[in-house]
Parts: sequence; structure tokens; C-alpha cells
Amino acid sequence: MTTLPESTGKKLGLVIDLDTCVGCQACATSCKEWNTGGYSAPLTDQQPYGADPHGAWLNRIHGYEVGEGSQSRTVHFPRSCLHCETPACVTVCPTGASYKRAEDGIVLVNPDTCIGCKLCSWACPYGAREYDYADGVMKKCTLCIDRIYNETFEPEDRIPACVRACPTGARHFGDLGDPTSAVSTLVAERGGFDLLPETGYKPVNKYLPPRPRRDATTTPAAPDVSAANGSDDGSVSARFFAWADKMLSR
Amino acid sequence: MPTGEPHIALSAPVGDTCKTTTCYMCACRCGIKVHLRNGKVRYIEGNRDHPVNRGVLCGKGSAGIMQHYSPARLQAPLKRVGPRGSGEFAEISWDEALGLATEWLGDVRQKDPSRLALFTGRDQSQALTGWFAQQYGTPNFAAHGGFCSVNMAAAGLYTFGGSFWEFGDPDWDRTKYFVLFGVAEDHASNPIKTALGKLKARGVKIVAVNPVRTGYNAIADEWIGIRPGTDGMLVGALIHELLQTQRIDLDYLVRYTNAPWLVIRDPGAPDDGLIARGENGKPLAFDKKSGTLADATLADIAPALVGEYRLPDGRTAVPSFTLMAERFLSAEYSPDKAAAITGVPADTIRRLARELARTAFEEQITLDMPWTDWAGRRHETTTGRPVSMHAMRGISAHSNGFHTCRLLHVLQILLGSIDCPGGFRYKPPFPRPTPPPNRPAGKLGSVAAGKPLPGAPLGFPQGPEDLLVDGEGQPLRIDKAYSWDAPIAAHGLMHMVITNAANADPYPVDVLFMYMANMSWNSSMNVPAVLRYLTEKDPETGDYRIPKIIYSDAYFSEMVPYADLILPDTTYLERWDCISLLDRPISEPDGPADAIRQPVVEPDRDVRPFQTVLIDIGARLKLPGFVDDKGAPKFPGGYADYIVNHERGPGIGSLAGFRGADGKSYGKGAANPKQLDAYIANGCFYHHHLAPEQRFYKHANKAYLDWAKEVGFIGAADPVIFQLYLEPLQKFRLAARGHGAVQPPASHRRRIETFFDPIPFWYAPFEGAVLDEAEFPLHAITQRPMHMYHSWGSQNAWLRQITAENRLYIHRDRARALGIGDDDWVWITSAIGRVKCQVRLMEGVNPDTVWTWNALGKRKGAWGLAPDAPEATRGFLLNHLISELLPEREGGYRFSNSDPVTGQAAWYDLRVRIEKAKPEEAGESWPRFERLVNPHGEMQLAVSSFGSEFREAAR
Repeated sequence: MTTLPESTGKKLGLVIDLDTCVGCQACATSCKEWNTGGYSAPLTDQQPYGADPHGAWLNRIHGYEVGEGSQSRTVHFPRSCLHCETPACVTVCPTGASYKRAEDGIVLVNPDTCIGCKLCSWACPYGAREYDYADGVMKKCTLCIDRIYNETFEPEDRIPACVRACPTGARHFGDLGDPTSAVSTLVAERGGFDLLPETGYKPVNKYLPPRPRRDATTTPAAPDVSAANGSDDGSVSARFFAWADKMLSR
Repeated sequence: MPTGEPHIALSAPVGDTCKTTTCYMCACRCGIKVHLRNGKVRYIEGNRDHPVNRGVLCGKGSAGIMQHYSPARLQAPLKRVGPRGSGEFAEISWDEALGLATEWLGDVRQKDPSRLALFTGRDQSQALTGWFAQQYGTPNFAAHGGFCSVNMAAAGLYTFGGSFWEFGDPDWDRTKYFVLFGVAEDHASNPIKTALGKLKARGVKIVAVNPVRTGYNAIADEWIGIRPGTDGMLVGALIHELLQTQRIDLDYLVRYTNAPWLVIRDPGAPDDGLIARGENGKPLAFDKKSGTLADATLADIAPALVGEYRLPDGRTAVPSFTLMAERFLSAEYSPDKAAAITGVPADTIRRLARELARTAFEEQITLDMPWTDWAGRRHETTTGRPVSMHAMRGISAHSNGFHTCRLLHVLQILLGSIDCPGGFRYKPPFPRPTPPPNRPAGKLGSVAAGKPLPGAPLGFPQGPEDLLVDGEGQPLRIDKAYSWDAPIAAHGLMHMVITNAANADPYPVDVLFMYMANMSWNSSMNVPAVLRYLTEKDPETGDYRIPKIIYSDAYFSEMVPYADLILPDTTYLERWDCISLLDRPISEPDGPADAIRQPVVEPDRDVRPFQTVLIDIGARLKLPGFVDDKGAPKFPGGYADYIVNHERGPGIGSLAGFRGADGKSYGKGAANPKQLDAYIANGCFYHHHLAPEQRFYKHANKAYLDWAKEVGFIGAADPVIFQLYLEPLQKFRLAARGHGAVQPPASHRRRIETFFDPIPFWYAPFEGAVLDEAEFPLHAITQRPMHMYHSWGSQNAWLRQITAENRLYIHRDRARALGIGDDDWVWITSAIGRVKCQVRLMEGVNPDTVWTWNALGKRKGAWGLAPDAPEATRGFLLNHLISELLPEREGGYRFSNSDPVTGQAAWYDLRVRIEKAKPEEAGESWPRFERLVNPHGEMQLAVSSFGSEFREAAR
């Protein structure tokens, strides 16, 4: 089975803000668009115009409701590889095709040595691996490795396609191994959390929780002026007109 | 086992070529950079310099590749050879196609130009298409605004010379409280998304008023799950609370609005309810300083807002503000009354009013930014009330939408938050006068054989004298726009054209010419009836009731089989276009912007861009403006030629940037032959930046108004005065009371009297008001998925993997009461029909409301999809349930299902009931229509490996 590096120089990853994500799918389609012609090319689609269209996507967005009644809320949850520190998807790989890079912690698949056995997708609790039926190999988020170091790009574009596209700014990319980085600061400030920490794979990607709401469940009611002043006798209106009948200059 | 790390090409270039252009995956018109490799589109990304999207791109924009390479693309011009709807076409040459179109249109023009109805859908070239209609001589032109959001546009323009979206936006960088009304995932896409991100980052409270909690509404701090069509009542109650608590900006009202203008009180008189005017025609106010009546437009008076005053002729008049305050202070708009109608608790309404007021008045913003007002007075700082709002189709697509939009703007104005820091901000060329001065052309006697119209077909009526009606008060336009049915139909009524033409009501047409509008499917109400209208023949002549239909589209939509001549359009990456200030601009509050599309790839099919084709047809018809003195085509270079060289007025053309021989003029200037090159070099857009002193209070800002006049945005540098009291409506109402030369027929008088109230009000949407609510207890509405809004997502191989079928969403409690469980199949029944579909239960929806994703349901065989595609087998439309006509009333006449003021299609008035389907009925949606056959043949791709051609370069 495949071994992991003892430590990685950096822990590159994503921080995803569930308070801000509106579920627009921009990160999903921009990922598909970039990666179908990039390192993972192609991300094949089966029955693209048929009865059951499905294909390889390295990033998928799920929308669902949690809670009931006044406590219910709708959450949009983008899901992609979390680039775990101790990923079972790598250690189960029989050929070494799945590996974790020592220099930045990115988990990748070498398409030339992947035999498409799917052990890694069984091992991943996050469902982050995508089997390409036409290519016969496993595909997954590369953190856009062919973008983030790309010297033909302007420096501000050396970020994953999903982060580059995200219209609400809900996705952040950086080194989560550096406690002083912008993403680490964000995680500290907003209480960023791990997905399924109990599985023990130590995901690098973090999620920021929805902020507490500010609505009738958390805000006291306003006083009822009519009830306090008695609107039926017209006195509230009379007072309003007296108030408005002032010398107003233009 | 040790890892065998492969070599990775970390710095492979994206492609070999990169071109900027403008996205067309929806109506946002974001700037994009299209990367090509070996002539094939490799990657599309947002242009960081572009004012609309600042580099980001939405789910649709990033899927543009799949739209461009869609197998549903039309391949060549087509002539119908079988019966309508059969899909039997012959491919013909462009020469033959253009010859046929010219022959058909030429015959009509020589007979009666109004027998051509030219209606365009998601047209971004209305400055051209409207001008074509004008030069051709038909009043029967409009685009899709009438079934989209004309209530929003008209109410805003008449009230304060602006509106939301293209005409103005919240001050996203400064606002401290934001309320979103009736916006699902739509207008606008990236600007709202980026703005919400900014608000979140600054901790600004977001309130979302919407029956459904998805998308933007899901991330709001507070979701108000209102009952559809009742937003006007909610806003009225907020106004009630602000008045009761004396929390409105009186100074702002006397400076910028007609609140002090005196309204004549003389019941029965022909001028009752009109504004009292002095001998110079200027409105009068009572000046508290001098104790006399005064010209209300003077700067140095102290106008009264309250009281009753005697006019020189002895009659009485009251400030319009007094009338308005009386209405909203009444118990009719109390939070308790509103709670019963809207479903929003009275406590919540009171609290929202307090929060708005607290933010507006206690968190005022002062910018160190001097400016000079319209009267020449310099202000050292710019102050603002940082509450802002945005609204769109959920507000406007009701039969009470016009007044609801007005209510919303009145609320903004009472809070003093129009065009100030932190409030709403106009986007130039707005503000415009209230309303804009252009009136609709096509009055009786102005339509003549072989002659152009004296003006543009669309405009803004200011009274009954501007209506397009005959001596009996009957409509002159095929869609009955600007008639007593819909007097302020500023965008026409595209949703009525097919129905009216087939019923010869008010008259038949000879040619129906449409562009980019799926009128036989998801853009029409009552689809089964529309299909009948498209295929029915007149038994006397044997001709179709609509004898000739020309249609231009890039894709095999459901409309294609119902046309006689198809002019295949290009995709958005194969064309020139201009996003013009003469049309629907893409400006920002800090300055106007316009843009172009340039072809980034060559078409691989026998297709031509519609605009170039229209210009060609115009020249073949020898329409004035399309040919030179010798009759030769004036724009032989097609649309690109027109964009550069057409002048609408002296020095004013399609594009405002890089004008003049040296390319250095803005707004006005001679045509610049290198203008398109200059745009391309600038990223395919031009963004003019206003000076800081011009940026706020544009409606009353001398530096801005002077400049706007100079560049041709407005005719005079007069301040734009907000019309809380809308006098033009009273003029229509007086006509209904028997005054004036142009009066409504008896059948329309009560309707005009009721709905042309100069002070906005809430009334129940028509469908709910005429139906038995016990029989149809539920509201039914639609939303567009965020990744498909305003685009044709169903054909898109990537987007349809995200959503390929729709469900009917229903509140969990309501479903339980009806004995309906998750995934059950149900029948939805409306007053006109039934639809079968599958349900999904949810919490975040108003319990009296069911909803679904719009336009997901597709007709079998359309859009290049396999016949067993889920869009066709399980998808469904609510359109089949929505009547285009209201039930008979007032003497048997059937009004269209539209707003009575503007004619806006009332999509969201629909009332239904639902019942569980029998077990044997589960599995497929209903109704079903005959399968369509693609005239270019079926192309069913089993596997798409798009991108494999780029693999080598990427590794």
C-alpha cells in the first residue's frame, strides 16, 4: 500500500464559508471547465444529452435544510477533496497512483499508474473521489495544481478555478499549515471546523459555520405605538400631522 | 510501496489565444476572457477589469463552453414544408431565406405595416430591433419586458426616474441594512452575489422577503416567508409604522419630492386631483415663510406638507403628502391588518420598521465629499441614510405589481435613501425625468403603407392623449399595449401577441416575426391554447390564422417547429454585439458603462448573427436609414458596421466610448472607424468614471445634471423630482370619470377608476380575487435555478447534470394535512387545467405556497435531448395552468392576465389545489405533447470526452 510523507512543508487547502455560499454552482462548473482540459483531462460525461446524464465532477454542491420550524435553515454545502493529513485513500492505493505531495500536502492521482480499482473511493468518507468510466481511472480535486504554480498566470490568478470564480467570495485558498496565513486567521476568527473529525483523517480543508441569525427568534419585539397611544381615537395621526407641520427649508 | 510521483506540467499555458468579450449566459452581461487552443474554446473566466463582475463568473458563465458546442444548435436556414408543428423543414440557402423574408415583409409593408408583429425575447439589441420596427412602420414591436419586469421598470421610472438592477443598485460598499424583495436567483446574477458577499463580510443585516427560502434568501439574517402577492401590504404597513413613530425624512421630502405640491380638491371637476399650477405652469406649494402660495420648484421657500389651502380661484388644495399620509396612517395599513393578509406577524412588521428607521436616522453616513445642488448651493459633505433595497420579479410579476413597486419606492423615499451614500444609487444614464419624455408612436393616422413611424414604438404615456387607441377607444396595437387595457405598457405585452393575432382581436396579423423567445413553450401562458393558435387554420381561407411566422434562434427550441421560416442565429461566442446605453445599460453607480461582444470563434455552420440579418433585410426592403441616397445598403459590414456608424442623434451612436475622429470623445462625437478596435483593446467595454462631486444625489446634483445633458443622457439639466403622488394616473382616472377628449369605453371605466390611483395602494391579485379560494387554496409560483436563470440550461451537458427535472415543493405541514408524502405524485389543478408531477417536502416555504423550478420541463425531442430525457419525462411546467385571459367580466370582456396599469404578465398570481395521484399514475409528468423532430437530424452522444483534446498540452 502507499505510504504518506512524514510531514508536508505546507498544508494547502480551502476554507469554505457556509454562511455566504448561495449554492450558485459557479465553483462546480468552473472546476469542471478548468479540469476537463487540465491535469485531469477529460472529465468524461456519460449520456450528456440522455436519460441519465452523469459524469466526473471534482466539486459538487449540495443544498439541504436542517432543523424544523423557526429553527430551520437552508445550507449550501460544497463538497470536494479535503486533502487530509492522513488520507486513507492514499494508504489503500495498491499501485502508488494515489499520493500526497510532500511539498504542499496536495493529494493527487497519477493517471498513468491508477488501475481504476476504486479502493480509494471506498476508503474516502467524504465521497470526494470520482471514477471516470470512459478513462477507467479515478479523478479528484487537484487544488488546481496546474494553476496555483502556473508562471504563465498573473500572480492573483494562481488560485484554484473554484476560488477564482466564486461570486460571493465564499471560498478561500491558502496554507493552513501556517498559523499566520489569511486562511488560518479566518478559521480562528470564525470557528472553522473539520468535516467528520471522528474519522481521524485530519482534513486540511475547513468549513466556516453559518453565523447566528438575527430575526424574531433572537431579537426582542418592538413596542406597539398604536396600542401604547391608542390609535382608534386618531390621536396618533393628529400628533403625526402636528409633527410634520413644521418649518422645513429646502 | 513508494510513491511514483508523475511529472506535472505546473506552468502549461491555458491556451494559445485569449480574447475578451461579453457573456450571454444570462442577462447580466459580465466581462469574460475566452481562452482558445487550436481554435477550440478551452476555458472561460471572468474579466477582473470589468465593472459588472470584477473577475468572478457564475455557474452558467463557466458552463458557456457546453452552450457553445450544444448539439441543439441550428445548422442552416429552414423553410417549413410539412404542416406547422410537424418539424418537416427543408434546408435552404441564405439567399432564398432572405429573399422570402423580404418578400413577405415587403408585401405587408406596402399594404399595412401594422400587419407585421415584431417581438423579440431575450434580445440585447432592442435599440436596433425597435428602430427597425420604427423604420418599417409597425407599432407592433416589443421585447420580453412585458412578461418579465415592466412593473418594476415603469413604477420606478414614473416615481423617481430610476429602478433596480440596470437603472440602479444599493450602495453595496456602504449600506448598513439591506432588504431583498421577491428575488430568487435572478436579476442580477453576479452583481448581487458579489454584493451579498460584501455585506456578509461587513456584518450588514440582510432581510429577505420571499415565499421561498433558497439561494440568496437562504443566507439572509432574517427570512420573511411572505404569502405571494402581498408584499405591497407589508410595505404599506412599514410605511404606517414609520409615520406613526414619526420616523421619516421630512427635509428630504421637501427638497426632492412632490410631497409639498398642492393637489386640487374639487370633486366632479375635470381637474380634481391634478396638481395646482401657477400661470407659468409650475406646480404650486404653500410657502410657510411668506404665508402665500409659491412656485413649488423654487429653492428658497419653506413648503408646507400639511394643511388645506385656498387657491387663487377660490378652490381648495392640499399638499400631496397630506393625502398620502392619511392613507397610510389609516387602520387599513396597520401591522395587524397586514399580518392577516401577508402571514408576517405584526410584531415582526413593527420590528422591521424600527430597524429600518434606526439604521436610517441613527447611523447616518457623512462623506467628506463636497457637492453642489441643482440650485447652485454648495454642500461641504455628502450625507446618506444607509438602508437599501432590491426587488425584482417576485414583486413585479403580479397583477398588483405596479403599485407594489411604487410602494417600495415610496418607502425608500420616505426614509431619504435615494442616491445617497449607503442607500439606493442610480446608474447613469439614470436618473431620467419622471417619466422619461418619449411617448409611444403609432397613434391613429401615423401608420401608413410604405412609411416609417414618426417615432419609436415604445415610450411613456403621460395621459390619455398619449394612448394608442382608435375613436372608439379600441386598441391600435396587436398586444393592446397603450390601450385602456394596459395604458402604461412601456414594454408591450409579448405574452398576448399569439392569442390576440389568432383571435383577430383587435385584428389579425400577416407576419409574426420573433427572435429568441420560446413562445410555444415556457415563455407563454396556457401552452395548449397557444399551440392551437399557432396551428389553427381559418376555414374560409385555408390559411393559418397567423399566416406567416418567421423565427430566429440559435437552438432547436420548442418554438422552431411552429415557424415557417427559420433564420438560424450564432452562439454568443460567434458574434458582434453591443451593450448600448441606448438600450439596457450595464452601468455602475460611479459611472456609465457599455460593452461589445466580438466573435472569438468562427461559426462552423451555415448561420448568421440575427442583427446582421435584420440589417440585411432592412436594406433589401430599402427602409429609411438602412440604405443610402442611392438605395445601397448603408451598413454593408453588418452589425459591426452599424454599431460604429449608426447615429441616433447628432454624434450619438450605439457606443459612448472612444468617439470622435481621434477616439477621445465620450458620449457625443463623430463615428470613429477604429471604435471597435479601441473597445477590444480596452477589454471589450468602456467605463466612464464620474468625478466625486457628481456621484450622489444625481437627481439634484448640478455637476452631474449639467454633464448628463452635455453627453446627451437627458434633454435638460433640470432636477428629477420624485413623484410620490403620480399625477399622470389621475389624468387617466379623470378620463374614466367622463372628462377629456380621450375616454375609456364604458366596460373599462370602473377598472381605470380603481387602479389609476395616484397614491399607491395594495389590492389582492386578480386571480385570487376572482376565484373561490376554498377551491384553489394554494399559491403556485416558480423560480429559476441559479445555474440556469435567464439561460437555456436544459441543453447544457454540464448544467443538466445538476438539474434535469423539477419537483413541486410543498411545506411539510401542508403536505401532511393533505396526506401527501415526499416523492409522491400529485395532480395540480388550476382554473384552466391540470398538471401531474412529483413532490418534494420542505420547511422553508410559505405554507400556503407551492413552487417549482421554471422552464426545466422540456418537450420531448426539443433542445437536442434524447426523448427519454428527464426534462421531458418527469419535468413539467406551470405555464399550462396559467390562463392568459382573466374570466369574463364587465360585459363579457376578458382582460389579459396582467397588471391593469402596465400589462405586465401576472405569472405569480396562479392559484391551485393539489391532490395525490393514483399509484398507477406515478412515474411520468403530464400533460404530454407529441415528440418534436429536429430538422437537422438527431445526434445522440453516448459519451462526451470534451477536453481530451487538451490533455497533451496540459501534461
